[in-house]
Amino acid sequence: MVRNGTSDVLLGLRIGIPIAMGYLAVAFSLGIIAAKAGLTAPEGFLSSFFTRASAGEYGTYMLVAAQAAYVEVVAMCLVANLRYMLMSAALSQKIAPGTSWLHRILMACCVTDEIFGISIAHPGYTPPAYTYAAALLSSLFWAMGCAGGIIAGSLLPQPMVTALSMSLYGMFLAIILPPARSDRHVLYALVASFVLSGLCAVAPVVSGWSSGMRTVVLTIVISAVAAWLKPVRTEGDGAA
Amino acid sequence: MEQHSVIIYILLAIVVTNLIRVTPMFFIKGQIKNRFVRSFLYYVPYVTLAVMTFPDMVMTTPTPLPGVIALLAGVVAAWFRLGLFPVAVICCIVTYLLI
Repeated sequence: MVRNGTSDVLLGLRIGIPIAMGYLAVAFSLGIIAAKAGLTAPEGFLSSFFTRASAGEYGTYMLVAAQAAYVEVVAMCLVANLRYMLMSAALSQKIAPGTSWLHRILMACCVTDEIFGISIAHPGYTPPAYTYAAALLSSLFWAMGCAGGIIAGSLLPQPMVTALSMSLYGMFLAIILPPARSDRHVLYALVASFVLSGLCAVAPVVSGWSSGMRTVVLTIVISAVAAWLKPVRTEGDGAA
Repeated sequence: MEQHSVIIYILLAIVVTNLIRVTPMFFIKGQIKNRFVRSFLYYVPYVTLAVMTFPDMVMTTPTPLPGVIALLAGVVAAWFRLGLFPVAVICCIVTYLLI
């Protein structure tokens, strides 16, 4: 199904460069958090290269730091990455009929917010080579950024490490707030999330749960209530 | 209690995250029709990131106040669509100046 393999690869690499630069910066702050959890640079590199999920990795490293039960990591990854399921479903529509299962599986594994975005934006059916090229380049930078953050995290002075570890939260805010301006139901969901998350961190019983457990339960409950009260209209997907 | 292995945590995250990505290729033919499921999946990314941001962001700094101010600065910057990188830099700088 790859008609003109070389040009697809080149196009994918070119569109992958700005994504790779952004990934390098985000992964660096992720690496600082991974270092706190006790990961070594090679562990951070491999984990980031094969996972490629900012929220999911952040959740995982927090659980590693807390020495949480393995089942909590599974639950955390399921919830934090649930949007990828929707994206893969949408991407499956962009793969030419007759494409082999191996290509379908590999293309699905490439899905991140950004790679999904550029794959969906490709006119017509998306050639696998185009997605692979962009995903491979950006994943390498993502993994290098994480490893770099782990190394720098142990070299930099403590106040700087604390300040840098705030950048990931800043990026989370930059992802969730702009859509809240145009969709007030998202805004209500965010306000409810902040309030309930704050309450659950101090409330009796619930505050005794691990933060991973609270994240999973709060996400499912708040999203389900929001979906029940304010279902989305016919079009539009969950790509953040 | 015995120490959990970092490698096993990492492998679980890799396997689960990629299974989530691959599963729809096998099971979903066409668009998801169920309105509740679509709506649920629409809200999940926003809610999960919000829950992870607060109160964790405020608890990262040695005392809560710098974290609160960095959070407010980040919220304002993000609200005015300054972009991922500028918002992140603002949160870092505010925190660094206050701790």
